[in-house]
Amino acid sequence: MSGIRLLVGTRKGAFILTSDGTRKAWDVSGPHFGGWEIYHLKASPADPNRLYASQSSGWFGQVIQRSSDGGRTWETMGNKFAYEGATGTHLWYDGTPHPWEFARVWHLEPSLTDPDTVYAGVEDAALFRSTDGGQTWSELPGLRTHPSAGVWQPGAGGMCLHTILLDPATPGRMFIAISAAGAFRSDDGGATWRPINRGLRSEQIPNPTAEVGHCVHRIALHRSRPGTLFMQKHWDVMRSDDAGETWREVSGNLPTDFGFPIDVHAHEPETIYVVPIKSDSEHYPPEGRLRVYRSRTGGNEWEALTKGLPQRDCYVNVLRDAMAVDSLDPCGVYFGTTGGQVYASADAGESWTAVVQHLPSVVSVEAQVLP
Amino acid sequence: MIRVVLPAHLRTLARVDGEVKLEVEPPVTFGAVLDALEAAYPMLRGTIRDQVTRRRRAFLRFFVCGEDLSHEPAGTVLPEAVAAGDEPFLVIGAMAGG
Repeated sequence: MSGIRLLVGTRKGAFILTSDGTRKAWDVSGPHFGGWEIYHLKASPADPNRLYASQSSGWFGQVIQRSSDGGRTWETMGNKFAYEGATGTHLWYDGTPHPWEFARVWHLEPSLTDPDTVYAGVEDAALFRSTDGGQTWSELPGLRTHPSAGVWQPGAGGMCLHTILLDPATPGRMFIAISAAGAFRSDDGGATWRPINRGLRSEQIPNPTAEVGHCVHRIALHRSRPGTLFMQKHWDVMRSDDAGETWREVSGNLPTDFGFPIDVHAHEPETIYVVPIKSDSEHYPPEGRLRVYRSRTGGNEWEALTKGLPQRDCYVNVLRDAMAVDSLDPCGVYFGTTGGQVYASADAGESWTAVVQHLPSVVSVEAQVLP
Repeated sequence: MIRVVLPAHLRTLARVDGEVKLEVEPPVTFGAVLDALEAAYPMLRGTIRDQVTRRRRAFLRFFVCGEDLSHEPAGTVLPEAVAAGDEPFLVIGAMAGG
């Protein structure tokens, strides 16, 4: 029977949760790298036992870890993230120029085909790639040197490149998102980039429909239809059916369209999940009720999924990288909270169980099906 | 032989217990000690000094013989007591909660 491995990054270490295909009983391993912030860890689609982890600390900076045995043992890899050439400036919070400074790796995206190739999205926003299993890192500078970069500004969490989507159908095509610059697409393997933010509207910026400056929280796609993108923006849930050329709002009947994660059902490309949060100034569920919202129509029409989730006195948040799906049937859906719970649904969101309840604040969740 | 005391997280990262012991050719400057430390324990590269700027990380300080060397140039020669291994080179992390 297939197994499931959840890779959970928290403010105080990484945890690995495993179960068999029934997804009922879970084994918890960790903390790995106890006391360090683990923004993200993810497995290679080409080698399920090859894991990469971003380990960081305000004291000691960035460390990259790699496992070749599914997380039982780890090896410290290269951590030199040097911007290519002149770094230039972006805008600081107060609108003044600010030099690009590396802070941390937010997201690691292993290649779909090569276990030794992995992309890293970093703060201050840039995209790096390793082709030697994480030993050395090179920037793909076409993104950071895009003509619009001088007016990119950080969101409150820092100017982070937090989403990397590799298009499985179109060679060389990839999508990334930066808070608070927006979404970008490359069609040449990351050499050149262009903003794909047409149709986004952000009332918080001087020009609400500007080419860049949008606080995109997360984008997601379904492997079978990578030209369709779903986006949770600072406010608004958006959809594109032309690989990001144009976007339209699909918030529909959501109680609030502010939130962080968004994900797509593994087998139904029109079924998507979000976790609405009250507002940009109150990062917790409306009415203290933790509800995942699911749309089976690719947006606009949403239903609340509440069975097994706390429906009173709940004031946790679910961060942008903290939701994942598995590819079993029925599709498993998982998310972690800033309160340290990891919830799992083995029935596409109909019902939920807290797999663990008292971890450190959860930053990221990834799910992988094991052979 | 130089004795180096690391913060707990760096001992874990370097997989060492207690003090680190290093051989450093004279003159024993604190930059040479850090070079030797990073050569012996490559996983510590970037965790004490930034990999690109080579600057000391903001929340770390260096002490020897009760003196704060954090703001001294890397070429500063360490006291004989450190070079002889009688006193350790201390890498200290700022205290913090949370």
